[in-house]
Amino acid sequence: MIEEVGTTTEGDLVINVGPQHPATHGVLHLVITLNGETIKKVEPHLGYIHRSIEKMCESLTYRQFIYVTSRMDYLSAHINNHACALCVEKGLQVEVPQRAQYIRVIMDELTRIASHELWWGAMAMDLGAFTPFFHAFRERETINTIMEETCGARLTMNYMVPGGVMFDLHPDFQKKVKAFIQQYTSKINEYDELVTGNIIFQNRMKGIGYVTKEDAISYGCTGPVARGSGVASDIRKIAPYDVYDKVEFDEVLETGGDSFARYLVRVKEMQQSIRIIEQLIDNIPEGDFQAKTKAVLKLPKGEFYQRVETARGELGVYIISEGGTTPYRIKFRSPGFSNLSILDHMVRGHKIGDLVAAMGTLDLVIPDIDR
Amino acid sequence: MFSLEGITKAIDTWLNAHFNSTVVLLAECVLVGVAAIALFAVLGLGLVWMERKVAAVMQIRLGPNRLGPKGIFQTSADTLKLIMKEGLTPDGADKFLFNLAPFIVMIVAMLVLAPISFAKNFQIWDINIGVLYVSAVSSLSVIGILMAGWSSNNKYSLLGAMRSGAQIVSYELSAGLAIISIVVLTGSLSINDIIQSQQNGWWIFKGHIPAIISFIIFIIAVTAETNRAPFDLAEAESELTAGFHTEYSGMKFALFFLAEYINIFIVCSIGATLFFGGWMPLHIGNWEAFNHIMDFIPSSIWFFGKTIFLIFLIMWFRWTFPRLRVDQLLNLEWKYLLPISLFNLLLMTVVAIMGWHF
Repeated sequence: MIEEVGTTTEGDLVINVGPQHPATHGVLHLVITLNGETIKKVEPHLGYIHRSIEKMCESLTYRQFIYVTSRMDYLSAHINNHACALCVEKGLQVEVPQRAQYIRVIMDELTRIASHELWWGAMAMDLGAFTPFFHAFRERETINTIMEETCGARLTMNYMVPGGVMFDLHPDFQKKVKAFIQQYTSKINEYDELVTGNIIFQNRMKGIGYVTKEDAISYGCTGPVARGSGVASDIRKIAPYDVYDKVEFDEVLETGGDSFARYLVRVKEMQQSIRIIEQLIDNIPEGDFQAKTKAVLKLPKGEFYQRVETARGELGVYIISEGGTTPYRIKFRSPGFSNLSILDHMVRGHKIGDLVAAMGTLDLVIPDIDR
Repeated sequence: MFSLEGITKAIDTWLNAHFNSTVVLLAECVLVGVAAIALFAVLGLGLVWMERKVAAVMQIRLGPNRLGPKGIFQTSADTLKLIMKEGLTPDGADKFLFNLAPFIVMIVAMLVLAPISFAKNFQIWDINIGVLYVSAVSSLSVIGILMAGWSSNNKYSLLGAMRSGAQIVSYELSAGLAIISIVVLTGSLSINDIIQSQQNGWWIFKGHIPAIISFIIFIIAVTAETNRAPFDLAEAESELTAGFHTEYSGMKFALFFLAEYINIFIVCSIGATLFFGGWMPLHIGNWEAFNHIMDFIPSSIWFFGKTIFLIFLIMWFRWTFPRLRVDQLLNLEWKYLLPISLFNLLLMTVVAIMGWHF
């Protein structure tokens, strides 16, 4: 039921935040009911950039539909493609060469760092600090350059294909990634000094947007949002895919449940990603980068499901095949959608400024929610 | 040596020699008005450019660098663009108040320029209650902001204006008390007297710890009073899009924008006057030779140097800190700054009575 935007009978102010609003990082539409500065209710309205990606996928072949998914969660393009490729491979029952698996995991982790970097800058910008955004982009730019050299795109990468990756690595890839790791580790203190340790920042984050463990589970939160409340939900640990079972890394868990805990989870996750890359980058095996597959892929009749951990949480790809060259039905379980559902619960009774801060810690990417 | 005092004297003598006293007074009023408007424009453009450059340095960017050397004319071009833009008045707005608000904000900013002493004997109006006048008149700008927020017929504007009202009214108390603590030392409200009293050292050095505390409180309070980050809640763009000036466009917006920078200049010049001796050169006790060398630097350079240093400080705040929340903002003032400044005033009074200052 859409409420009339204006003033309610109790004298509360009803405001449209978005679809075009600097706080919503895209085109999320929130209808918020305010009593003075205090939030009484938040109602997200979805659909503004719905592009029916799931329906489009039904008329695309198993090779083609992967490219559309880069446009879902555009900050985790590699990981989306990875999920789809894994799901199709499950149906085809192809063995992916080791080299391709290593490359995929390295790319996933680079994507995760790039995504968290952008979130970190945008988060600080939500709180009114502009400078961290540019500092985060300095590191993100290095990753983007690596991506561009490897697969030709900087945002909507189409590198993972069923059976492996599309091309072999760029000759300078290992050198560039190592240079990036060095750059990142030398700048990590700067991040803590500029933002994490700042007293204003901590006061804005601590005790705000509290999510209990039970709530996180019942609202279906995944990713850093769930892990900030102490729910172990890392798919890389629960159901390892590709070479994730061969690398050592910790699942970052915080028990605070507030915005600051979610902040810390993401900041620490970036370091874990660096750890994974460091283990893999020197050991990429020689060999094929793609398994031999038929030109036209046909999945056997049946249902296939694959879940992966994107930068925002659990992404599920569910394919129903009738045995043809195109999927009969595709459903994506996107992390942003369920994470958004807890927003109202989180911010009731807080101030407008807290809405922006708490929404920042959910790390919403709107095309991922709407699809 | 270049001296602003010499120029004013020469003009005055020349006018007096050629016209009768009434005409001279009239002509000087016009000249002062033109000079004030020119200063207003130059300061506004210069400070916007400075802010963009300061931000660029802190954000690892280049900043404006196309128009003129180091992009110095970029803000002039932007202003030209804003002048040529259509000034929209939204439907349902209170047209009279909506169009009046930017002028009130700007007029207030210009009025406060009057008692500021830019150089030795170079002052528009040497009023004997200078600092009182400044704090009284500068508080009028909140009327313009409230008007803009209310008349825009926009909820974001309204919220911004309400925040701004609460904020400016609260932080004026601390700013006022910080000013008074220096007035306690000098025993005069006149800006000229305050500067003269720092002949042998600036108050920040002479006034012991209370002076340093009041300087810190003053800087925090004026940052809040000029609606600058980390206290920019009235125009918090990530929350309220642009706060009280959301609906303004074209030159009406530019007036708000320029007035903000003039206000920064004014509060920083007041800070420089009270704590760093205004145009008074750096003098250290009995070091005759050192003091003599310092006297060679023109007084206007001393004044603008100190003011720009303080402006840089405020810009540095903006590009470093995140924004406070509205309740934290008011807590900071009423629970911390105000009690501290009251106590500090008491301390300062004791220091002044006992003659412990240098």
